[in-house]
Amino acid sequence: MNVVFAVALAMLLASTSLCLVRLIRPGTLADKILALDTILIIVVVGIALSAAQTGSDVYLNALFVVSLVAFISSVTVARFIETRRDLKR
Amino acid sequence: MTLLVDVTSATLLLLGGALVLIASIGLLRFHTVLARTHPATKAVTVGAVLVILAAAVRIPDNGATFKLLLAALLQLVTAPIAAHMIGRAAYRANTRMREHLTVDHLGEALDGGTFGDDGSAERERSR
Repeated sequence: MNVVFAVALAMLLASTSLCLVRLIRPGTLADKILALDTILIIVVVGIALSAAQTGSDVYLNALFVVSLVAFISSVTVARFIETRRDLKR
Repeated sequence: MTLLVDVTSATLLLLGGALVLIASIGLLRFHTVLARTHPATKAVTVGAVLVILAAAVRIPDNGATFKLLLAALLQLVTAPIAAHMIGRAAYRANTRMREHLTVDHLGEALDGGTFGDDGSAERERSR
């Protein structure tokens, strides 16, 4: 069972690095918003993973907070970039 | 009983982790911004829901199970809203994207109106 947790954590690590590559690559602002939102959801998945591994429920409030902050911030930044001209592409 | 819990949670964890990995690969490989919203919101959300379900299966506390199910429901509900907002913002912020679109219902609905350089909504003169 520990092997399963290690494999899942390695998959999350690879996903985060791929999202970071998308964040750093030159592109539009919407690319960066998407990458950051995906990274925050991966953080939520990581918290759920550690809650499954240890069996304790102390992390679940943090899970709620991170998912709410990810949603609110991506919607807010999307609203912000609507009202300015994007200079790339 | 413990074996059933272990097998179920292991399956859900591996499926969810694989989905998140596939979603981030898609986020890297798709060519346009609007296309990238597909893996970044849909696949990641389903992967997150699967892993949260795996945690809900493993944790013995009933209140924690309810909280985790609520968190999964929250992810499912907020994902389309975020996808819609990001897609609409990407469409409005990049005017040169519209030449590449095959079907453009939002452009017809806007009727050429867009946000000008001074930040106020104005109609485009040449379309």
